[in-house]
Amino acid sequence: MKKLMKLTAIALASALALSAGTASADKLKVGFIYLGPPGDHGWTYAHDQGRLMLEKELGDHVQTTYVENVPEGPDSERAIAKLAETGHELIFTTSFGYMEPTLKVAKRFPNVKFEHATGYKDSDNVSTYVARFYEGRYVQGVIAGKVSKTNTIGYIASFPIPEVVRGINAFLLGAHSVNPDIKVKVVWVYTWFDPPKEADAAKVLMDQGADIITQHTDSTAALQAAAERGLHAFGQASDMIQFGPKTQLTANVNNWGPYYVARAKAVLDGTWSTSNTWDGMAEGMVVMAPFTNMSADVAALATKTAESIRSGDLHPFTGPIRNQAGEVVVAAGAVADDGMLAGMNFYVEGVDDKLPE
Amino acid sequence: MTELIIASIMTMMTAATPLVFAATGELVAEKSGVLNLGVEGMMLIGAVFGFAAVTLTGEPLLGLAVGILTGMLASMIFAVLTLSLLSNQVATGLALTIFGTGLSALVGLDYVGKTIEQIRAIYIPVLTDLPIVGRLLFGHDPLVYVGILILGLTHWFLKHTRWGMILRAVGDSDQSAHAIGYPVIAIRYAAVAFGGAMAGLGGAYLSLVYTPLWAEHMTAGRGWIALALVVFASWRPTRVLLGAVLFGGITILQLNAQAAGLGIPASFMSMLPYIATIVVLVLISRDATRIRLNAPACLGRPFRAER
Repeated sequence: MKKLMKLTAIALASALALSAGTASADKLKVGFIYLGPPGDHGWTYAHDQGRLMLEKELGDHVQTTYVENVPEGPDSERAIAKLAETGHELIFTTSFGYMEPTLKVAKRFPNVKFEHATGYKDSDNVSTYVARFYEGRYVQGVIAGKVSKTNTIGYIASFPIPEVVRGINAFLLGAHSVNPDIKVKVVWVYTWFDPPKEADAAKVLMDQGADIITQHTDSTAALQAAAERGLHAFGQASDMIQFGPKTQLTANVNNWGPYYVARAKAVLDGTWSTSNTWDGMAEGMVVMAPFTNMSADVAALATKTAESIRSGDLHPFTGPIRNQAGEVVVAAGAVADDGMLAGMNFYVEGVDDKLPE
Repeated sequence: MTELIIASIMTMMTAATPLVFAATGELVAEKSGVLNLGVEGMMLIGAVFGFAAVTLTGEPLLGLAVGILTGMLASMIFAVLTLSLLSNQVATGLALTIFGTGLSALVGLDYVGKTIEQIRAIYIPVLTDLPIVGRLLFGHDPLVYVGILILGLTHWFLKHTRWGMILRAVGDSDQSAHAIGYPVIAIRYAAVAFGGAMAGLGGAYLSLVYTPLWAEHMTAGRGWIALALVVFASWRPTRVLLGAVLFGGITILQLNAQAAGLGIPASFMSMLPYIATIVVLVLISRDATRIRLNAPACLGRPFRAER
């Protein structure tokens, strides 16, 4: 049955892709593969904002198409190939699970340029790009450490991949930098987008005493669940303030637009080559939403923390950092290198959870 | 600790409520001898139209009514095809689910990311403030009570009223019911309509109360769980509540176990309701007479009047 529903989802998705219109010959056709609907007001929404910026900046030279609700894994291969077959020369695949399908399709279409978000494998015509979300998570941790009254934070995690683990660790390090008593409770929901399940997870975490919810999933449901109980939460991937005007403390806003514009320009100029981009706050790929629903002192501290990260004075993963076994993994005064960050598969000391294997 | 237990039970009740609605409706339809596998689709239709109605008018009650009505309309498509045109019930039910998934996604395009005012939990001064039992008995959202009430009424209707017995007779032996002179097809139409209405209400509960938003395929398999639940309850309304709390609760328990850091694999916990269903099926299948007593004998069989 699941299979049947997946098939209909793909049929719908491809119908949407095809309906995106006819190409005028001289424009660069840019395709996007989305995990959720652009209206999720989270992850996919942020990518779609980037797409809209691309249209606005280079509207005379590019034409964009997107395919939404493409399930991760082998099924996505057809959606990606469809875009490549229909004359798209630059294709952004915007979720981790599209990694292998993107590489497979890229092999079949050597003249098409592919850009895979959050992955770690590239090839001659596949670049990767990801933002240093952990920088924003660190700032969130600092805020949570100051705002929480129960000293318990609920963290809704999606899949145990380095990206998500890194976020949890950065959050905890930020929180402990101002309040060593903070406990982070983690719940794995094994989905990126399932609003009722995300809400369930938020409720359970609040039942267990969390008074601030943060999430690595894509919908606004968790924030709304926190709003219903009058507690606090962080927005994810885009500014979710409209869903909880009295709830959201801040949000990590993913600002993909400038990158999309730069990459499309590179294709137009003929200068595109494989690259692995990992930009953070300094480059403006991660932006913090306004600091709201907190005292002026905390807001000032958050601003200062963000400023230090932006200027490079502060690296969220500065030693000494211990893993859960108590072993020092980053020596005092040193910072974790990108290799360690990219492959992070351990919790730092203090996370109240066992990492699923 | 008590606070945690109370909070968990409260959350479990809200998780069980959409299942109570959908399963009660399906139970009545199945008791009349009709197997409608379109529950998931009808729930989605109820969810999206209910949400649209509230977005447009701001009236939560109207949203629930629209959810009920559109769920019922969807079930009528199924009823015309299977009861009047005698198409295969299993295939038609599956088609209804696929249709509902697609239609709700299409209708919902404009409503993704919109937000509405949620239907809140009730608060009765003094009673709700009672220690422990206060919130457990008087602190849910209104629809939790409606769900239990409908379940009770259904039990009473099926067991203690003349029309309830007729409905069961139609499900157990359509030819005999027809021979005595009861309108088999009309009764099945009514039962399917009730099933659709309840599925629609269950869907509207999700999009209006549970998570006040619309997201594509937001029922995420709850319609199928409701179907399993009817079997689990061996077609007895009283057991539906138990099953719904168990099925809905296991998700909550699973998340609770995680948040408490117990280290039980999440996927293992998610399997439990289905394992329980299979175990129950095996148990009740061991005794052939009990099956005959409980399962409607004409379930899924098309009815054509012989005389």
